[in-house]
This record gives sequence, structure tokens and C-alpha cells, in this order.
Amino acid sequence: MKKLLKEFFKGIGSENPTFRLVLGLCPTLAVSTSVINGLGMGVAATFVLLGSNIIISLLRKFIPDQIRIPCFIVIIATFVTIVELTMKAYAPELSKALGIFVPLIVVNCIVLGRAEAFACKQGVFSSTLDALGMGIGFTLALLLISGIREMLGNGTLFGLLIAKGFEPVLYLVLAPGALLVIGLLIGGINFLARRRSAI
Amino acid sequence: MDLSMFLSVIIGAIFINNFILSKFLGLCSFIGISKETKPALYMGVSVTFVTTCASIITWAIYNFILVPFHVEYLRTISFILVIASFVQFVEMVIKKFSRALYRTLGIYLPLITVNCAVLGVAVLNSEMFFKPGVNTLTSFGLSALQGFCVGLGYILVMLFMSGIRERLELCDVPPSFKGAPIAFIIASLMSMAFMGFSGFRF
Repeated sequence: MKKLLKEFFKGIGSENPTFRLVLGLCPTLAVSTSVINGLGMGVAATFVLLGSNIIISLLRKFIPDQIRIPCFIVIIATFVTIVELTMKAYAPELSKALGIFVPLIVVNCIVLGRAEAFACKQGVFSSTLDALGMGIGFTLALLLISGIREMLGNGTLFGLLIAKGFEPVLYLVLAPGALLVIGLLIGGINFLARRRSAI
Repeated sequence: MDLSMFLSVIIGAIFINNFILSKFLGLCSFIGISKETKPALYMGVSVTFVTTCASIITWAIYNFILVPFHVEYLRTISFILVIASFVQFVEMVIKKFSRALYRTLGIYLPLITVNCAVLGVAVLNSEMFFKPGVNTLTSFGLSALQGFCVGLGYILVMLFMSGIRERLELCDVPPSFKGAPIAFIIASLMSMAFMGFSGFRF
């Protein structure tokens, strides 16, 4: 039980895909202009991660070792297509805002990385927990970055005005702001981790 | 055929909508391989080759297979499979014919399969040019051109970044910011400089 809990929590904390492993940054930076977009991307990626991890873990004894990467990509692409079509049908605005980054979940390093490093070796149950942990860790990272960018860059949160008379820093919602925020956040987290290990 | 359309694709793909700095595609390889100039240049050349070929191949797949059979919803899955097998094929060909080239470029090819810039350019082409209004031949020219120019833009930024990072080795960076964080901050400043290009209009 303790081991299973560890599988779940490592994705959120010690092995957070965005801040600790520095994986899957392209969608993280591109869609984090508002919290709604960040949340949508996080949920979509978590769904793909969960589905592909479960299926790959179920099929791990049948997939030949030499062609495992193409097999993983087909499975992942199937789930991405499901997400893409569902989003187009039920959330057309979100789908328009996320644009080409929905099909690009296929090449998100987190998804393929978990398939390769975890799901093809472990059982279904721990793979599910691993996918959930990683997905939630990714979503939380996205929420943090998009929260900072939307609050400081636009003066709103979830589209609601939070501070009157505050001149928003437009720079942060534009492309360079994303790179600056992620650089400072990773640096800050490294700093905290170093200080903790020093004590 | 409209010449200004081609010109705007060239300038747009290299400067205004630079894939790394304003679209955030191919960031993993950008941060990972930009420590020295030579590998950065080799990676850039491989990416340019693959994006150009992938644009042409996905154009053919979309127009001759997906559209006639009305299965456009298989776009993502077919594009990524074709790109992955193409990259694998190129790797095998290079290995067979030139050991020297394989030693310099070979290690970058597997990385390109999961580089979002390649799938990104294919998806972007299909959304920008593969429309009923655009003549098939024009869409071919524009897609191939966009694939090539995206690669050029990638090389440009890789060279800038690796040049700066080589100098950075001599600087005193705070230990927590060494590596990826400082690279992101430099990229942010570079991206701000590139925003100046967005004033260009054709």
C-alpha cells in the first residue's frame, strides 16, 4: 500500500514532470495564457496519459520489444484523436484556444516517457496510479504557471477581474513572459530543494 | 500563384512566428542540445531536412489518401506514424551509406521523431493550406516552403542560443539557476527581441 501511494505522489512532488524532470514543456508554455486553457490542457493530457498507460500496461506481454515505440505511438495517438474529436464537439471554444496543441499531445514527452519508463514494465494498477499522479502533477504545474501569467499579465483569474486599478504586465501573457516565468519557477524550486538538502 | 503569399510564409516562419521562440515547439531539444555550437548546428540541419520532407509526405498523405477516403479525422495518427517511420528509414539509409554522416547526425535522428516541431509543422500546414479554396499545387508549394523555413528559423535560434550558452560557461551564474532555468531566461529575452519582427506586414 505504501509503495502504491508513493507511485501516486511522486508525480506530484519529487518527480513532477514540469519542474523536476523538465519534460513536456511545449504545451505547458504555449497554452498557459489563461487558467481555463491551462486546466483544459491538463485534463486532456491526463486523460491521454491514463488511457495509454492502462492499455500499454495490459498489452505489455504482447508487444514485441523491437517495435514497441511505434506500438506506443499508435495507442497514444488513438487516445489523442478521441480527445481531439470530443473537445471539438463539446468545447469548441477551448479547442480553438488550444489549437494545434491538442494533436501535439501525441509527441508530449511525458506521455511517451511514462509508457517507456513505467507502463511497459509494471502492472495495471500501479500504472494507473502513476498516470494519475503524473497527470495531476502536470495539471497543477500548468495551473500554477497559468495562474501567475493570467493574474499578473491580465489582472484576471478564471476570466474574472480580481484587482481594480492594477496595470497588467502585458509582457507576461505574451510569448517571452512564459519563458521568463518557467525559468524563474524552476530556478526557485531548485533553490528551495538545495536549501532543504543543505539543512 | 501569388508571390507575396510565398514571401509572407518565408518571413513568417523564420522570424515572426519562429517555432521555438513564439510558438514554443521543439523546446525540449532546444534546451537539451544548445550547450555547444557544433551539435546545435547538426541538430538544426537534421531538423530542417526532416521538417521539409515531412511537409511533403504529409501533404501527399492528406490529399491522396485521407481526403479521397473521407477519413480526415485520422490526421493525427497517420501523420505521426508516417513521420516516425520516415525518420527511422532515413536513419537506416544514412547508416548504410555513410558512417561518418551517421556518427555526426545519427544520434539526433531518434530525438526528432518526438520533436513537436516536426508534427507541429505538418498539423499547421494542414490547417493553413489544405483547404478547399487553395489550389492543390499551391498548397504543395506553400507546405514545402513552410517546412523548410521553419527549419531555417530553428537553425537560427539554435545558433544564437548555443553561442550565448558557450559564453555563459565563463559567467558566475547562481547555482540554482545553472542549466535549464538560465537558458529559459535567456530565451525569454531573445523572444522579446524577436517580437520586434511582428511589426512586419505584407
